[in-house]
Amino acid sequence: MELLCPAGNLASLKAAFNAGADAVYLGLKDDTNARSFAGLNFSAAQIKQASQLAKQQNRKLFLTLNTFAKPGHESRWQQAIDLAAELHLDAVICADISLLDYASRTYPGLALHLSVQASATNVAALSFYKQQFNIERAVLPRVLSVKQVKDLAKVSPVDLEVFAFGSLCIMAEGRCQLSSYVTGQSPNTGGSCSPANHVRWQDVGTDKLTRLNEVLIDKSSQSEQLGYPVVCKGRYQTHDEMAPEYMLESPTSLNTMSLIPELAQAGIRSLKIEGRQRSPAYVTQVTQVWRQAIDCYLQSPETFADTLQKKPQWHSALDKVSEGQVTTLGAYERQWQ
Amino acid sequence: MNLSLGPLTYCWNKTVTFEYYEAVADTAIDTVYLGEVICSRRRELKYKDYLELASLLNNKGKKVILSTLTLIESASELVELKRIIDNAEFAIEANDMAAVNLAQEAAIPFVAGPTLNLYNRASLDIMQKIGMTRFIMPYELSKYWLQQVLAESSNTFETEVLGYGYIPLAHSARCFTAKHHQKPKLDCQIICQQYPKGILTQTQESQPLLRLNGIQTQSAAKVNLINQMTDMSAIGINYFRISPSGFEDIALIKQLSNLDEINLTGINIERPANDCNGYWYGEPGMNLQDNVTV
Repeated sequence: MELLCPAGNLASLKAAFNAGADAVYLGLKDDTNARSFAGLNFSAAQIKQASQLAKQQNRKLFLTLNTFAKPGHESRWQQAIDLAAELHLDAVICADISLLDYASRTYPGLALHLSVQASATNVAALSFYKQQFNIERAVLPRVLSVKQVKDLAKVSPVDLEVFAFGSLCIMAEGRCQLSSYVTGQSPNTGGSCSPANHVRWQDVGTDKLTRLNEVLIDKSSQSEQLGYPVVCKGRYQTHDEMAPEYMLESPTSLNTMSLIPELAQAGIRSLKIEGRQRSPAYVTQVTQVWRQAIDCYLQSPETFADTLQKKPQWHSALDKVSEGQVTTLGAYERQWQ
Repeated sequence: MNLSLGPLTYCWNKTVTFEYYEAVADTAIDTVYLGEVICSRRRELKYKDYLELASLLNNKGKKVILSTLTLIESASELVELKRIIDNAEFAIEANDMAAVNLAQEAAIPFVAGPTLNLYNRASLDIMQKIGMTRFIMPYELSKYWLQQVLAESSNTFETEVLGYGYIPLAHSARCFTAKHHQKPKLDCQIICQQYPKGILTQTQESQPLLRLNGIQTQSAAKVNLINQMTDMSAIGINYFRISPSGFEDIALIKQLSNLDEINLTGINIERPANDCNGYWYGEPGMNLQDNVTV
């Protein structure tokens, strides 16, 4: 079972490898990926450097191309695929069928991973991508329960990757337009969810107001721990309930460490850590803990549950870097749904 | 440009739903989409009920398209999907690549629904090759986007755009209506039936923002492109979609079907202050550019 970690720059990439990542995913410095933030991501030359580092250390490197090619600008996305092929990267993570088509026709040897932004949650959808574009692997959206993941793994025509840890997207990825409804930009079109230039914090008396394109997402006390403002994690009212409530989800992160045995037994190929936008320190911290946990499981699967009990420091280390300092199993757990 | 009525996104009881579509059958609407697109736990109308409605509408000269589930998570949902695709009579609207896959295997044409991620012309051409006859533009895309894509080359598929109604914005594993009532989804008691237009959700400054409809999140405001209809028709859109929101739709359909397209700029349809049309102009979807005339 692969440990797949994020890198937003070379320092994070090195941190991930040093801490024991089997593979790293990264993106170019433009809107071809959904973490298009200023100061983040890699130039073509830096990807070349990253690829050399990965080869030296016998690790894998995947290029994230998880936005959709804009009409008139398709060449930008195609060139990214060309680059991945030229550098012999281990895979391209892609959601756009026109790009999957381009890659599979132009570079039959280039492995294709279906991005979570393609929203493939069932065997018929996975079969579509396998038959049409010969994808090797798919990343599952964070909408399936652990039982549904296991059922799907039994019949899936491709390897499966799941999100193990990080910021929790609670919607079927690739089909969420909450961000563009409020800001005009979505992960699919603009390269990010809830773009930072639309976020504004405002102090009013003892309250802290969080605004996204002037829409009030949350009102909190100054001392409250706040997550990054996204529409799905705001506090709102209804016509019959004036007390503000997290109507969709509260600021929280996903942590599936307790599910390692089930995911391993189901044959899940890869565990993905979210957070290309996070610091090298985050990457080190999270990768180290997950490396230890996976190794522990592999050495002694039957005692893993006990080990987990005896290692509260793993959870506290992860909680510290989590949004709102709280973690959840999210949709993996039926009760959450 | 013709009018179409999208699938009902809410859980209305069977009697109300039948009354609604009986009224729709008496309008001049061209196409009606039927089927549960949100949640397989909703069983108010069963497959045979939809077929009954389909026949009723078909007998009154309407084209009927059977819509399929948007978020498919289990084997039983795939079985139901297959059953809809295998109906011998009506076309289907594919709202997930699962439906595209099964339609292709069955060699039947399909309408590409608005939740398929089709964001450029090459993607539409791939879909057309495997059976897409009509393309419904994803909600967040704009007039400019569509113009560019249609201008690239001639096409044989039709295009449809949501022109009036609440906008579906997201789908989740979680049922937000059940959550609001502190009920687990597995024991939801179909609580969403209490909200025929979803739960209106507003900010702490009383700005209407969202509409919670089971696992779906919609816009609080209705998209309203009625004043843009002439423009839409001119760039080659074939269908103006209305999304069902209540019996008031019937009067709107009647009013819009009687319009001479040339005279559209002169129409006087009430547009509440909280309508929106931002996506059409490449802006935040919630924005409203007022009375932009062609």
